[in-house]
Amino acid sequence: MDHIKELENKSIYIIREAYSRFRNIALLWSIGKDSTAMLWIARKAFFGKIPFPVVHIDTGYKFREIYSFRDKYSKEWDLDLSISRNEKAIKSGMGPDKEKLECCNALKTEALKMTINEYKYQALLLAIRRDEHGIRAKERYFSPRNADFKWNYKNQPAELWNLYKSKIEAEKHFRIHPMLHWTEIDIWRYVQKENIPTVDLYFAQQGKRFRSIGCETCCSPVPSKANTMKKIIKELEITDISERSGRAQDKEDAYTMQKLRSLGYM
Amino acid sequence: MFRKKKKETLNIVTIGHVDHGKSTLIGRLLLDTGSLPKEKMSEINRISRELGKDAELAFITDQLKEEREKNITIDTTQIFFNSRKRNYVIIDAPGHVEFLKNMITGASQARAAVLLVDAKEGIQEQTKRHAYLIKMLGIENSIILCNKMDSVNYDHDLFEKLKNDLLYFFKDLNISPLSVIPVSAKEGDNITENSRKMPWYTGPSFLKALDSIRTLSDDSIKPLRFAVQDKYFIDGKSIIAGKVISGTITEGGKTVVYPSLAQTAIKQIKVFEEDDRKSASDGENIGLILDESISVERGDFLLDKQVDRQTSFLTDIFWMSKKPMCVDSAYILRCATQEVQCKPVKINKRINSSTLEVIEENAKELHLNEAGEIIFQTDKPIIMENFDYIEELGRFVIEQDYNLLGAGIKKHS
Repeated sequence: MDHIKELENKSIYIIREAYSRFRNIALLWSIGKDSTAMLWIARKAFFGKIPFPVVHIDTGYKFREIYSFRDKYSKEWDLDLSISRNEKAIKSGMGPDKEKLECCNALKTEALKMTINEYKYQALLLAIRRDEHGIRAKERYFSPRNADFKWNYKNQPAELWNLYKSKIEAEKHFRIHPMLHWTEIDIWRYVQKENIPTVDLYFAQQGKRFRSIGCETCCSPVPSKANTMKKIIKELEITDISERSGRAQDKEDAYTMQKLRSLGYM
Repeated sequence: MFRKKKKETLNIVTIGHVDHGKSTLIGRLLLDTGSLPKEKMSEINRISRELGKDAELAFITDQLKEEREKNITIDTTQIFFNSRKRNYVIIDAPGHVEFLKNMITGASQARAAVLLVDAKEGIQEQTKRHAYLIKMLGIENSIILCNKMDSVNYDHDLFEKLKNDLLYFFKDLNISPLSVIPVSAKEGDNITENSRKMPWYTGPSFLKALDSIRTLSDDSIKPLRFAVQDKYFIDGKSIIAGKVISGTITEGGKTVVYPSLAQTAIKQIKVFEEDDRKSASDGENIGLILDESISVERGDFLLDKQVDRQTSFLTDIFWMSKKPMCVDSAYILRCATQEVQCKPVKINKRINSSTLEVIEENAKELHLNEAGEIIFQTDKPIIMENFDYIEELGRFVIEQDYNLLGAGIKKHS
């Protein structure tokens, strides 16, 4: 079995394991390449029809292209799409002009909390990857969160082989990370192999492209001429710029990501 | 047709006593193979400066604030790098005894291990325990690095003595390391290239030794073991979802359900958007349609040939809980998708996992960080294989309530 096929099979196993254990789960879709690849794999795992909701945490500040992509493919793939927004914070003026940590926390983490509380999801599938960020590299595949959504990174449970933790106290929930073992280049090789639709922002226009997408206000493009999947893969084989270099929330201080994640950020 | 040879990926874990240089080694390897993004190194330099330190290579993997301030690794992490020969996933594992569960978490994902020993300090408690654990976890390939050779003036005699001590200990464990290499991770000696500071060493550099590791395993020609994971009802049909752990499953082929031992045939193999799929082999997660009259549940297995039902297993286990394991107490045993009640009926040996000394024979309890040879009795038949034959069916965990307490490997009985 080739490497990409192996990665895909491992992800299918994890997604099916999550559904088998909990049933009441949801998949978090940011419309970026990683969660779109995860969505693609989930469709394979369930033979075309994902049997649980797909949640988009909408800050209201996402790129236009993200919204149109979401609306097009949620219909085409027959998704049970659920859009979650922290309307209260948006109305009260929370936005990217405030401190990044505060804004991400209110518009993403808090919106996520509201959704979990409303639907009582026992587990959420998230497409974070170890090679994206050193803090994400410390994650487990099945990561328990307490009632306050806190991540106890100083005392994570043991996780052996593919015998993932399946039982937690009723008030807690799981973050499940089926894409943890994929790298950025693996994702693009998979996108190319399977011809998975991705948002146009990833492809270079006028000498620039986005390596990682989120809110329009907090993402900057990197210089690039890669306007096809093949060229993106070529670029990634030699680049020495990190994937999230254009993401403002990682930059404020060395531990912003740790703080955000310990509070429940993705 | 010309085809570019695909590179394989190898997962390796760095192990050893606290402060013997595991995280630094990884940092050095990434730096010297050009695997670090530019801004990463400037971030490391900046944070090291802020903490009043020289550029600390360990910070590449030690990402938590607590880890950097205290200069320890708390939790395991994984990082990716490529050599010319293959792709690597390096798993950094903490050396402190209180973080053993994190070390085991990391090591359970590895196919090869790199054991670091501080040349000055020599063999320490976790050196031995980690060596024991990788043996127990079934990791066959290992490389030993005698690190911090710079702190002992690259002394040849000291290296030879340490090497002999290590090989003596490894012989006891029945491990034969591929190489024992004198290195300085901090200075970069013998890491990616042979160092001029140790002209007396003529063996391979660390990177060369890594590249020479060979991994061969072909589970497709082994007997069929299909683990049932779940059942879905789609378009009025019941689809059995599961994983081919070993062997090959073929449409139309006969199969035996374990443990009911009912016989049936595979009506159809289901893979999304591959309507004409006729077979699937080890590692594939697929769907199956069987005869409706056959009852199959999660935890059942489909086999190519009938096997005896088993409820008693001789195992080696490692105990990770403060609460001791007690003979005849009830626990949950999980192996692949199987999950059953079990009890340890006999603790043949209680072993100190660092000194390997047998503490007690025919014991009643097994304590935190001890290893044991144990006979388990399960309340329902399950299928297990020897670890060196079908890995995924040779390993298991022991749980109680919400917690994982121990992990083990089935032994040849």
